[in-house]
Amino acid sequence: METTRIVFSGSGGQGVITAAIILGEAAALHEGLNAVQTQSYGPEARGGATRADVVISQHPIRYPKVISPHVLVCLTQEAYNKYSGIGRPGGLLIIDSQLVTPAKKSDARQVALPMYQAVMEAIGNPVVFNICMLGALVGLTSLVKPESLWRAVQSKIPPAFLEINQRALELGGELASSVR
Amino acid sequence: MPKETIFAQGNEAVVQGALYAGLDFYAGYPITPSTEIAEILAQRLPQAGGRFIQMEDELASLCAVIGASLTGLKAMTATSGPGFSLMQEALGYAVMAEVPCVVVNVQRGGPSTGMPTAVAQGDVMQARWGTHGDHAIIALTASNLADVFLMTVEAFNLAETYRTPVILLLDEVVGHMREKLVIPGPGEVEVVQRLRTSVPEGTDYHPYLAREDGRLPMSDFGGVHRFNVTGLVHDMWGFPSNDPAVAYGLLHHLVDKLENRAETLARYQDFFCDDAEVLLISYGSAARSALHLVEQRRARGMKIGLLELNTLWPFPAQTVRKYCRGRGHVLVVEMNRGQLHGEVQKAAEQPERVYLANRYDGVFISHKDIMQVLHVVLGKGV
Repeated sequence: METTRIVFSGSGGQGVITAAIILGEAAALHEGLNAVQTQSYGPEARGGATRADVVISQHPIRYPKVISPHVLVCLTQEAYNKYSGIGRPGGLLIIDSQLVTPAKKSDARQVALPMYQAVMEAIGNPVVFNICMLGALVGLTSLVKPESLWRAVQSKIPPAFLEINQRALELGGELASSVR
Repeated sequence: MPKETIFAQGNEAVVQGALYAGLDFYAGYPITPSTEIAEILAQRLPQAGGRFIQMEDELASLCAVIGASLTGLKAMTATSGPGFSLMQEALGYAVMAEVPCVVVNVQRGGPSTGMPTAVAQGDVMQARWGTHGDHAIIALTASNLADVFLMTVEAFNLAETYRTPVILLLDEVVGHMREKLVIPGPGEVEVVQRLRTSVPEGTDYHPYLAREDGRLPMSDFGGVHRFNVTGLVHDMWGFPSNDPAVAYGLLHHLVDKLENRAETLARYQDFFCDDAEVLLISYGSAARSALHLVEQRRARGMKIGLLELNTLWPFPAQTVRKYCRGRGHVLVVEMNRGQLHGEVQKAAEQPERVYLANRYDGVFISHKDIMQVLHVVLGKGV
């Protein structure tokens, strides 16, 4: 696998950093790949937008941050307004169809999925929104195997919440297959 | 056999390295971007049989570490720029009294409280000269988790070997970045234990009387020997002295024990240097961007290489001079106003060929930033 650069963006509390850590761990510990995860605390992250970067590659990763992501995820309007411009031609831009109204044309292929709505209807707890998003992302990109992602989720989530996380992962996968 | 593979932050790699090296005692005051070191150690160190104390401030933190070390414990504290400033008085005391200890500084934007969450490498000269008076110090750094682990173990080893505080100078990007860390199994990495005196109980022990090889065996303070420890100029008994010969000899000893071994203490790695016409010199997280650029440009046929320094102080001037020799251009890559750039210029035979690629606005320097400077240096315009 060549290098893939991913940016997760949203607002604090949506779990974008946790999602980035889980994806990085799935790739690094369960797929034998290299992965580096960073989060942006710098001046470029001022305001309510939170951003977490992941680089996954079979090669050693030097520069640890992301310039022009292959996959960009925007979970709030603010994050979309701020980051949708950094996507690259031929890349993938995943947005939540309820929380984000796409305002401008993007160089990347835009996929709007009702992830938040699906989580609230099927599970009723927004805490697994980020895990549903990961399920959708992996469903769309096959970046890592769903089993690897699940193993990484298990290492990060308290046992009492595993069931709804598993449901959220599946839900994300189903949403992804609906647009493939 | 490796013990475990984890996906963790640089700050956790410090914790893992410190525990591997046998850390017994931690006293600190949490501060961004080093907080995770205190947070994780607060849980793990007691589990490993050690002691963790959250102190009232950074002055007390390093003083507690010095006291613990004198009683025979491996001791450490961690902080960032503002706390490191408060530690300078105690740091000088540890230099003067020759107390082994490790001080981690995960650098952030400065001066003063600066930019707490922004990356910087602005404390390089503070690590060297932050405490007053002529002295020598060891400062190590790293750009990836494997090296953070190894340099942490090395910091303890060098502190014990040379009876000196060792500064582990990391930065926000390395501290917070997550990647894979393979934790070595027991015995895979050398761990140095303190040299203790063989002078038996009831016999006079001279804490500052060097053996033939120059080393000063220690006796655990509060144990079987009575001796004095002071920040004043002192004789071999550890008692204050105003004797010019004693002062001269002590200062020489404190400086020479490290500066005369600068090349022995030099830890560095080179990448693609053999035929490089352009040499980058970098350290810490900036070295990742430098290596990124080197690999990218090598793929396009450019003769460019990287010297990554893990030892910043004592500055490995001979090594740097050797690496700079015969290069068309040397570019120092760092996130400050040129603190190591000046040292490289001093070391190089052709200082006019030593340039600087830097950022000091809180934004992590990228390979593109370096390339922009390189274009100008090579006369290809902006």
